[in-house]
Amino acid sequence: MPPMYSRGDRRRAVLTTISSDSHTWNLIFLQLLLEEHQYRVHNLGPCVPVELLVAECSAELPHLIVVSTVNGHGFHEGARIGFALRAVPALEGVPLVIGGKLGIDGSQPERCDELLAAGFDAVFYDEPGQLAAFRGFLEAAAAGTRLFA
Amino acid sequence: MSATGFGPFITAARAAGHLVVQPRMGMSSPDEMRAGLMAVKRATPTTVGTITVDSFTRGNNHAAAQNALLDGERLNGYPIVAHGPQTTAALLDGILSPDFPIQVRHGSPDPRQVFAAMVKAGLSASEGGPVSYCLPYGRYPLRESVHAWGAACDFLAEARADTEGAEPHMETFGGCMLGQLCPPSLLVALSVLEALFFRQHGLRSVSLSYAQQTDPGQDLEALAALSRLAGDLLAGLDWHIVLYAYMGVYPKTAQGAHLLLGEAARLAVRGGAARLIVKTRAEAHRIPTIAENIEALEYAGAVAGHTATARPDAPASYCAVTDTGLHAEASLIVDAVLGLHPDVGLALLRAFQHGLLDVPFCLHPDNHGRTQAFINDAGRLHWSDTGALPIRRGAKGDGHMSSATLLAALGHVSAKFDAAAAAHLPRGRTPPTPLVAHTEECAP
Repeated sequence: MPPMYSRGDRRRAVLTTISSDSHTWNLIFLQLLLEEHQYRVHNLGPCVPVELLVAECSAELPHLIVVSTVNGHGFHEGARIGFALRAVPALEGVPLVIGGKLGIDGSQPERCDELLAAGFDAVFYDEPGQLAAFRGFLEAAAAGTRLFA
Repeated sequence: MSATGFGPFITAARAAGHLVVQPRMGMSSPDEMRAGLMAVKRATPTTVGTITVDSFTRGNNHAAAQNALLDGERLNGYPIVAHGPQTTAALLDGILSPDFPIQVRHGSPDPRQVFAAMVKAGLSASEGGPVSYCLPYGRYPLRESVHAWGAACDFLAEARADTEGAEPHMETFGGCMLGQLCPPSLLVALSVLEALFFRQHGLRSVSLSYAQQTDPGQDLEALAALSRLAGDLLAGLDWHIVLYAYMGVYPKTAQGAHLLLGEAARLAVRGGAARLIVKTRAEAHRIPTIAENIEALEYAGAVAGHTATARPDAPASYCAVTDTGLHAEASLIVDAVLGLHPDVGLALLRAFQHGLLDVPFCLHPDNHGRTQAFINDAGRLHWSDTGALPIRRGAKGDGHMSSATLLAALGHVSAKFDAAAAAHLPRGRTPPTPLVAHTEECAP
């Protein structure tokens, strides 16, 4: 995808999914959306092992980490990602969000809390309005607003 | 050539004027799997059976599949390795027969264990390919997939002595890459190249896939190109074309889903496909039930029957396509790849290294990612960037796709058919394929 902006002045985002998820259209869409919000995106593609994600983020020290997954295992595998990334001192303060179709049994607010407890700053669950909420999050970030209280 | 097996059965059905219809279907329980296969066998149209494996088996994590079975968990497919050949053979008893062959569908970049389990249970038909089951779904290196697929195909071809005369059969998945938004010329080229890979590894019975895209006229041209290339390059093999009903975002309404499946069935008959893989009206929402699968098979079979015996006043449009250069483009790609090395597997590897093959929207590390596609104002799929592909057609879009444009493109077919359903279009009506002077006949 051709860059819309010069690369030097863009913030860096790492875009990833869970290790069991082979879907990619969500990742391609989010890459474009992030680029439109002036991020330079490192898209790790499908089926990303946690170890690879930790290594890439440790090397890149991004301004934002976005986990997107739609295979229904997001609640199950997401927590491990949160714990693993937050265990790296340099990544302790990096905004970390997750979204998509996270479970196979509809909305499960209590499981969103598990992800927040594992180190995620925000959970965008697959319901009407979540994409708008994520856009709002990116716009707030672009405006320099503090992302999380 | 052997008289029995998956390929010969379908070739015979086609000669008799019947489109073979096939579901996607895989259950973790042998009893449920048997019930599903039995229902498909008893359906009215000419059918073949499907056993789709689960995602643990796809990744060769057979211990995880075994543990899930022991825990009583339901998997998203039939774990053919974990269950073992005796269980599989028992569930097939009285179902698998010369008039009801069954294909194993798996999605694996390394199908060696699946093929071994399949052959031991008496099954000899499968599908996939070294490119199409590697690039879209994971991180497995293409080089390793080519190696594993070569060994797996060698094994399957040599197993013809063990499968009671049923000729082993392989279907390419290359005509379905990423499900949507891959321009048809590249789908056709990949399907042909994977078929050549199968032939090189000893298979004598193959099918070439193509997935319904955004425009029936363009799809008809793609099917004609695929038939023509197969006829030119696969002489001496038993081969047929298999069409997949649309694989992208599916219409949300039941009527929209029916309209789309009906269009696929007509396209299959008009385009000379011998087999159609159906989708159900439940597709946009969840994994379909056996009953929903049977309903889709019955509906597709009925539409195909009507199409095959279509009004005699309109036969020309059923077997003539507009040549917009799709065959020429696919031929250029195939020839360029085959020119890289006499070994098809090595040629495929080099082609991806050089970008002579480059799948748009594919994130695999072994894919260049320099090509881009879009849906034009007429609803046809086109290149907006051909990267290093060996085709001259230049960019026709604005060269950049926004996130909003991508979402619209992904939902284009779904929106079109839901809108058609809402407008109460007469069932089975699609815009006629324009006839122009420059046409070519469909292959037999």
